[in-house]
Amino acid sequence: MLDTVIDIVAGTFMIVGCLMSLAAGIGMLRFPDLLSRLHAATKPQVLGLFLLLAALGLELRSWAVLPVLLLAWLLQLLTAPVSAHMVGRAGYRTRHLKRETLIADELAAVVEAAEQREEAEHGRDGNRDRADFID
Amino acid sequence: MTKEQRLKDATDESGARQRATLRQELPLLAGMMLVWGALWQDFAIGNLVFGLLISLVLVRVFRLPPVILSGRFNVWRAAVFAGAFLRDVTLASFEVLYLAVFRGPRTTSAIITVQLRTESDLLVTFVGHVLTLVPGSYVVEVDRRTSTLYLHVLNVNDEAGVEKARASVMMIEERLIRMMGTKEELAELNAEKSAPGKEHGETP
Amino acid sequence: MNIVLWICGITLSIAGALAMIRLAKGPSILERVIATDVLLLIVSAALCVDMTINKHTDNLIFVLLACLVGFVGSVTVSRFVTDRRNA
Repeated sequence: MLDTVIDIVAGTFMIVGCLMSLAAGIGMLRFPDLLSRLHAATKPQVLGLFLLLAALGLELRSWAVLPVLLLAWLLQLLTAPVSAHMVGRAGYRTRHLKRETLIADELAAVVEAAEQREEAEHGRDGNRDRADFID
Repeated sequence: MTKEQRLKDATDESGARQRATLRQELPLLAGMMLVWGALWQDFAIGNLVFGLLISLVLVRVFRLPPVILSGRFNVWRAAVFAGAFLRDVTLASFEVLYLAVFRGPRTTSAIITVQLRTESDLLVTFVGHVLTLVPGSYVVEVDRRTSTLYLHVLNVNDEAGVEKARASVMMIEERLIRMMGTKEELAELNAEKSAPGKEHGETP
Repeated sequence: MNIVLWICGITLSIAGALAMIRLAKGPSILERVIATDVLLLIVSAALCVDMTINKHTDNLIFVLLACLVGFVGSVTVSRFVTDRRNA
């Protein structure tokens, strides 16, 4: 009886987890620009992997694997935002975005001001590389 | 870390960073030891001690700048935070699924500025991480000197949406300060909550 | 469990196909990088499904590695893209 219940819960987790991968796939294809595609690519997978690992833990029913499952998920929690940030930042700096899909861009003014200050201080293109990677 | 130290670190162009002391690295060492145990699926004392030795060598060879902990950790608030985090992730994942299927190319988004209350690097990093993990927003750029995050937020249709996104970021920060912020930050937060009608986080 | 396996298999195959379309189409290298990342995560999801159905843990280390490889890959490429523009 208990086994059947656990099987059903694990099965549901697996299907929803795979659905999250599908969400990533559809989002990758349908969102308008790089910055919005990034949302679909990295985020639903966090929940997806959590559900799949939970299903695995439920089916194996052993305490020994629990730390590894937790480690796998935590590793994804740590790495996914960093890669999203790096790709998003590179995308913004190389202007991989469609302005018409943005309601507001409060960073544009800041970038503009920084570039003007940079040019006033160092002349054209002077030292920009180093200034970018301080923060 | 004090504000002056942080400013100096952020503006120092020589590339020389402050070194962490052994005491500041203790949480890191403990974490690495546990990871070693988890990888071997063996938490026997001998294995853990060997893991500790390896992490000591790694920490000595690859030096990292210090991470300053606040010295305060509220377990109950951590549980509240974890619950809210899981709920947010679940809801927002389905929202992204819905948007991808039914809205598709017509989805609009915004890049917004949020100035955080905290001054600690660790908390800024944590807030950035958490709101990146909750689908719907991620960090495009950070200004360490003023603790300002520049976020890309999905599915924002008007000005009201921008304000809503900003408020939700401040909410995440509030939960985190209650969990592991310093006493001063907590006192400031409580003072702000008890003085209604005063708008915060509005000025970029 | 057999039905679950079929549903998961079909869902993951469609997701993989969609990611591959983006990988082939993707106008810029950054799009291709995130498409590869998605593909890698779909592979690790498939490994998880396999482990759950057949009740073993042999592939768990590959799931860990997939996370790390995706991370290192996308960070390296985006760093390179930004650098080239600045130089």
